[in-house]
Amino acid sequence: MEFSTIYAVLDSALRLSIPLLAACLAGLWSERSGVVDIGLEGKMLVAAFAAAAAAHAFGSAWIGLMAGIGAAVAFSLIHGFASISQRGNQIVSGVAINLLAAGLTAIVGNAWYGQGGRTPPLEGAERFQDALFGHSAPVYFALLAVPVTWFVLARTRFGLRLRAVGENPAAVDTAGISVTGLRYSAVVICGVLCGLAGTYLSVGQSAGFLNNMTAGKGFIALAALIFAKWRAWPALGACFLFGLLDAVAIRLQGIALPGIGEVPVQAIQALPYLMTIILLAGVIGTAIPPRASGVPYVKER
Amino acid sequence: MSPAIELIDINKSFGDVHANRNVNLSVARGTIHGIVGENGAGKSTLMSILYGFYTADSGEIRVNGRPVAIHSSNDAITAGIGMVHQHFMLVEPLTVVENVMLGAEGGTFLRAGEAKVRAELGRLSRDYGLDIDVDATVGELSVGLQQRVEILKALYRGADILILDEPTAVLTPPEADALFTLLKALKEQGKTVILITHKLREIMAITDRVSVMRRGEMVATVETAETSPPQLAELMVGRRVLLRVEKAERAPGAPLLQVENFSVIDSRGVLRVSNVALTVHAGEIVGIAGVAGNGQSELLEALAGMRRPVLGTMRFEGREIGFDEHNPHRMRQLGLLHVPEDRLRMGLVPAFQAFESAVLGFSDDPKLGHGPLLDHDAMIEDLKAKMAHYDVRPPNPRLKSSKFSGGNQQKIVLAREIERNPRVLLVGQPTRGVDIGAIEFIHRRLIALRDAGVGILLVSVELDEIMNLSDRILTMCGGQITGERKADETDEQDLGLLMAGVTDRAA
Repeated sequence: MEFSTIYAVLDSALRLSIPLLAACLAGLWSERSGVVDIGLEGKMLVAAFAAAAAAHAFGSAWIGLMAGIGAAVAFSLIHGFASISQRGNQIVSGVAINLLAAGLTAIVGNAWYGQGGRTPPLEGAERFQDALFGHSAPVYFALLAVPVTWFVLARTRFGLRLRAVGENPAAVDTAGISVTGLRYSAVVICGVLCGLAGTYLSVGQSAGFLNNMTAGKGFIALAALIFAKWRAWPALGACFLFGLLDAVAIRLQGIALPGIGEVPVQAIQALPYLMTIILLAGVIGTAIPPRASGVPYVKER
Repeated sequence: MSPAIELIDINKSFGDVHANRNVNLSVARGTIHGIVGENGAGKSTLMSILYGFYTADSGEIRVNGRPVAIHSSNDAITAGIGMVHQHFMLVEPLTVVENVMLGAEGGTFLRAGEAKVRAELGRLSRDYGLDIDVDATVGELSVGLQQRVEILKALYRGADILILDEPTAVLTPPEADALFTLLKALKEQGKTVILITHKLREIMAITDRVSVMRRGEMVATVETAETSPPQLAELMVGRRVLLRVEKAERAPGAPLLQVENFSVIDSRGVLRVSNVALTVHAGEIVGIAGVAGNGQSELLEALAGMRRPVLGTMRFEGREIGFDEHNPHRMRQLGLLHVPEDRLRMGLVPAFQAFESAVLGFSDDPKLGHGPLLDHDAMIEDLKAKMAHYDVRPPNPRLKSSKFSGGNQQKIVLAREIERNPRVLLVGQPTRGVDIGAIEFIHRRLIALRDAGVGILLVSVELDEIMNLSDRILTMCGGQITGERKADETDEQDLGLLMAGVTDRAA
């Protein structure tokens, strides 16, 4: 394989890993605080739609980003209200978010634009243009979020408290710190990062919103989160690995492999998902989630 | 000098339950003050109010003579009150330093505060002899050391008044002694200590004054020097109780249950019971003493057939139990019955009505149904008779199992097993979370059973219980039997050393 091919595959891997990375870090913030979030997918989807719609309406990708973040944070707060304030089941709430997002974007999209759920194609300043080394600004935001997440969690007061609340909220409560406040902060940060992920999909990578364009990326991000054992730097590695699998899969389409022949497109497209299962099942050993994740905090007598 | 703590007419209700009723308490500065009472007497609620976990419905709290409003843990900490909870409020994956800092980080970035924490921890360690590795991960520390971290946390945040809730429940006797030495040192430095416990021996050993609670009310406060365990027990229960059940000498009969070379691994593959040999004879109670988590639970479950041993032989009435026979159903058929340690998880189904919980494991009894159908009337009649016999209150077979108090739940489980005429009875923690009155009843039952020729294997973390009931005592540490004693030839220090894994000096 030529060097240029390798470079192209790596470049495309980076591109494909960015939405995963932002969503994965979003999940990291939420789950390290003890709120399980399987609604990453839904939040990315509403963000992608809101971003494309706003970018089209205002002619600015940046306004699109604001709208994407706003929409994802709003959905995050719904999840937060259900699981933190109302102490509901976090899985059920997450599933509801995903269903709501899938239905809402399709219906509203069709009502507004009448193009079967698509937004009108974005052009020029309506999309993020390449800013540096052939990549647009959101790529660098997502990459920057890795060291920032690591630093805040490891080295700051807020990070210490957040890590603690995901493990033992009662310890945080008895230390005189608000469990609710910490968890809402985490959920909002999760929304911001989901907004970034979704916006990149529709306004960076593509030129507009397509029906269900997240296509399971939110779940792959969750898998990457487990693979990375809820840590920031490994999350970068895990997301890049999944991005690489995706890039290789695209590259292999229509190419005849020696001894095997041409592999069906569907089999290649299934590769990243298959790898996810294999990696989660065997390679990484036991991944222990934050102990309090998924458990609503109730003061006990 | 005004008292460190004054609680005046505190009231607190949870729904219909009046957990604290016009409670008054005064704790003098620089003393160790004990609070005793049965489960549900309102001790924990009262302390939770003092620590800001709950807000009282009415009443006043004064700290050092000044009225204070305590609405959150933060208010309590500001008022100089620290608390060591029964279930530690520690974050296990974090280090000692991080745990101590939590809530008092001293700035946005951790680095600045950390130096201060380290210096202060060094000082506290020197002052009170609290030796600890501050960079250790808390989850990897022993329970005794974790408790030290809790105490350090409170002291670091400037506590002058320290509340300890059942602090010795999880400690070995030597660890408990170390704790008491520390509490005395704190007292000498002028700190005030409130000690909540149900172990009257500890109250007598360390407190200056003791308050007794019963059914949400404060019934007495007495000088420790002027009271006695029987008097305190009577105040707690409201009637005379026997703390030590009488039992006659009885020569053990034939061996009923024998295991050799017995080893058990848990579901994570960790060896929990290693090479254990023991024998239970007819008409004897064999006690297994040990700090929680040293393999007793796994041993008990393996003997009951719930886990298969990886190695070893088990004989019941002389006959070897085959591998394919090693299951709870078969054991029960043979006459080896089991009162499990955790009644809410293994003993009964909390959501079931009592009469349903009372047939678990015996639902194929022809007296209780016809073929696959259960006869509810027969089940209810059956439990009614047992409830009368075992003094279960309220005697209502249709009440949900979870609605009974701990003692009454335990009586239901005991009745279910004992009334099936066991040859050998395995009993785990029979009186955990059970009131003193019910403890007396349960102990009498077990001794009556032994006198009737049943072999009993008793696992308990309560050393008093083991010493009162057993004819023979085995100690376990790290999955191994570390010693064997006749009950009348040993004492607490001796057993404490064996439980801590110190090798048998008598051997």
